[in-house]
Amino acid sequence: MSGASALGDAVRYLNDPLSWTQRGGILDLLGDHLWMTLVAVALAAVIALPLGVLLARLRRGSAVVVTAANLTRALPTLALLYIFTAAIGFGQRPTILAVAIFAVPPILSNTFTGLQEVDPAARDAGRGMGMSRGRLLTSVELPLALPLIGAGLRTAVVQVIATVSLASLVGGGGLGLIISNGIFTQRFGQAMAGALLVVVLALGVEALLAVGQRILTPAPMRVAGRRRGARRSGARAGG
Amino acid sequence: MILPASVAVENPWLSWGYVESNWDDLARLTGQHVSLTVQAVLIALAIALPLALLARARPAVAGALLGTSAVLYTVPSLALFGLLAPFTGIGRTTVLIGLVAYAMLVLVRNILVGLQGVPHDVVDAARGMGYSGGRRLLAVELPLALPAIITGVRLATVTTVALVTVGVVVGYGGLGQLMFRGFSSSYRAEIMTATLLCLAIALVADVVLLALGRALAPWSRRRVA
Repeated sequence: MSGASALGDAVRYLNDPLSWTQRGGILDLLGDHLWMTLVAVALAAVIALPLGVLLARLRRGSAVVVTAANLTRALPTLALLYIFTAAIGFGQRPTILAVAIFAVPPILSNTFTGLQEVDPAARDAGRGMGMSRGRLLTSVELPLALPLIGAGLRTAVVQVIATVSLASLVGGGGLGLIISNGIFTQRFGQAMAGALLVVVLALGVEALLAVGQRILTPAPMRVAGRRRGARRSGARAGG
Repeated sequence: MILPASVAVENPWLSWGYVESNWDDLARLTGQHVSLTVQAVLIALAIALPLALLARARPAVAGALLGTSAVLYTVPSLALFGLLAPFTGIGRTTVLIGLVAYAMLVLVRNILVGLQGVPHDVVDAARGMGYSGGRRLLAVELPLALPAIITGVRLATVTTVALVTVGVVVGYGGLGQLMFRGFSSSYRAEIMTATLLCLAIALVADVVLLALGRALAPWSRRRVA
């Protein structure tokens, strides 16, 4: 089992059109992978965004945010996957739920921090113009916090793509299946090809989202966005 | 498969009976888990410290290093083990290399930030007092960067404890082996016990490192709090 021959096998596997188009091939698994990612991030965002806004409003959420982040760091992804699968059965659902839990902290903490860091002068100006609290939130605070919230979502997406790879270990499919099948059957070339596919997907989506966010950000805010974006919490390794 | 209710009741999440009858396995694999974590963090620290020092001396290296580590940190652990397996085979070495890689990324970043946070006038004062470069580093800069370094070590350790479990895919995962066994035999107590032990290891390690940091850098207590 030498590395060089594995690399050759990996190239051969990726070059074979059948590995892409057959049933349960790369394209099918890629679709599963992206679908699970999308649902998990959407689920996490639905929980984390309002919670972040609420905690920022109450001005005493930092303890909750820090605890949530620390807990999920210490909790093995694999354990959570096994627990959810043992509780609700095989398939994509346990993976989506488990992975969504890990996507909550980056979105939550960035939403919270973004809203906390809104310039008080801007808030006062809005208030002085007679804006209601809801109006203030939607037309002043959220737009100003958007770069950081976007960075949190991006971190979450990349992290989820990485973590969804583990779905293959609980019968959830996804690109991780190519890796784990390769390892378990000692076909290391295939494992390597799968690993490369996941890495390229994670990095590609990260780059795509970065460009997308830049295009969506109004020009006057771009410099500030870059400075703030640099402070986002780093993505976490997949499990 | 339809199970009678009585069978479902016999598959609890927590079972003291399981713990008692599998005491040896639990102790052995907990030991394996702890030793993998400690080794990974120590090796990572031994590599990260000189790297961070180098990066501090050359800003171009610092940028490249931080950029690369941010990118590498998005590589999924399963993929990393898959990439390593053809070269290092199945087993302890592969898992250890993977763990060291992730811990290193966290450590380099934190040590670098810690060193960069040392106030310039303090370094200048030491220089004025005739401290050599090496002595400045050991007596002034590293102690002042210590709180940040300890924070990095805590983060790396807690993350490593969780990551060890994924090592089970290449045949060596400490408590991950129990989780896998429990999962394959649908035995909930085994999964849950291993998970709780994992969390306990992470918690104990974090508290120990926190205490160590306070003992080594008592002046930082107020700021870290």
